[in-house]
Amino acid sequence: MKVIVVAGTPGSGKTAVLINTIKALKNRNYKIAVAKIDCLYTEDQLRFRKLGIPTLVGLSRDMCPDHYTIYNMGEMVSFARDNRSDMLIIETAGLCHRCAPYTESGLGVCIIDATTGPNTPLKVGPFLSTANIVAITKGDMISQAEREIFRERVTEMNKECRIIETNGLTGKGSAELAVCFEEAPEFCYEKDQLRHNAPFSICTLCVGEMKIDSKHHRGVLRHINGVQKYIGE
Amino acid sequence: MIQSITILPGRNKTGNPETFDRIDICPGEIVGVVGPTGSGKSAFIEDIEQLAQADTPTGRRILINGRVPDQVLRFDPKRKLIAQLSQNMNFLADMTVSEFLMLHAKCRGKGRDLVDQVIYHANTLTGEPINKEMNLTVLSGGQSRSLMVADVAFISDSPVVLIDEIENAGIKKHKAMELLSGNGKVILIVTHDPLLALLTGRRIVMKNGGVEKIFSTTQHETDLCAELNKIDRELFRIRECVRLGEEIVA
Repeated sequence: MKVIVVAGTPGSGKTAVLINTIKALKNRNYKIAVAKIDCLYTEDQLRFRKLGIPTLVGLSRDMCPDHYTIYNMGEMVSFARDNRSDMLIIETAGLCHRCAPYTESGLGVCIIDATTGPNTPLKVGPFLSTANIVAITKGDMISQAEREIFRERVTEMNKECRIIETNGLTGKGSAELAVCFEEAPEFCYEKDQLRHNAPFSICTLCVGEMKIDSKHHRGVLRHINGVQKYIGE
Repeated sequence: MIQSITILPGRNKTGNPETFDRIDICPGEIVGVVGPTGSGKSAFIEDIEQLAQADTPTGRRILINGRVPDQVLRFDPKRKLIAQLSQNMNFLADMTVSEFLMLHAKCRGKGRDLVDQVIYHANTLTGEPINKEMNLTVLSGGQSRSLMVADVAFISDSPVVLIDEIENAGIKKHKAMELLSGNGKVILIVTHDPLLALLTGRRIVMKNGGVEKIFSTTQHETDLCAELNKIDRELFRIRECVRLGEEIVA
């Protein structure tokens, strides 16, 4: 089985791009399962199910959605196996866009909105820099010059990636993306590992502290001056 | 060098095949793309911009010099053969005019010296002048459009130029066409403006996402175009008077 991890900023068009890509894959007789991970709310499962795609939904609630995706990946893989799927597509919410739960043997797909401006690729981190495929959406809403600058910035952050210009409304780029999904390597859950560590935060806020005064905070804390240290017993 | 661009048929919105065999366009030719809104005009020139190989929703294929173009030509802006002026009226990038032009010149492998030239020519098309310290996002629709035109003309400077509804921004459209068209380029222009449509040698008529027919401009239409141009110049003169707060005299 192949596992595709798709990450993207909210509203970047992940679901729309995936719907078009899944249609192209269905035409080639692939059996697909989708796991849709979000933080608080989603109804995207209805759009996937409408295409006849078995869809598992996970809401991470108070947890970091990337952490949640990683430790639930076994469940998602079992879900896809139970449905005899050739391919599992995991669509993650991604909270801070510093990272995404891309794994070594899964295909990492970053979906990024071109209208957010040419500085965005410089701001987002491993979510972009460790992806195999970078799908740029909404390029039709900006000038060719801005598109070219955006593309150059993506290349500066990730020289190896394949860039695909997509449009969730017209389906542009989905045929090319479908071919990349087809060519993804075989996934091995038991042996696989992350490409980049997930962001960690191990402090009193993680367990529910509400007060803001620094005297109430314990754990590994990073000061605004850049120094990171352990405060506590 | 480009000797020809060829468009091979795809499908319309209902999935039916387009009825033309192929469309070949040579350097020096200006071709119009006309049709009602939503008929697929922009998608048609998008296919050319991307050098589609049956991998866009229309299924069309584009050949250069009769052959499937090299992948690099599709993606590397430094080798790109196609410049496109899209319908967008505003910039979304949060940077100054000169930063933007320098970045774009770098992407296209051009020198920084073009920056002043682009701004100079953009200012010949619009009303209130643009200066290089202005932020892109504060430019008006007309100023943005003028800058896009000059950017396409000098920085993207490519053998194929795609122009989408240049008439929409209230800029000097004939002057803009002059800047964009240069010598020996392949030009495709999407337009609703009869003046621009009749200026072309051929026009491709779109309907329901597909090419409906292609016809050549007749002598009668060319003569008519000259007449319309006189009226247009007069209208332009009057509009400028109104804009500048002057009384209109006969």
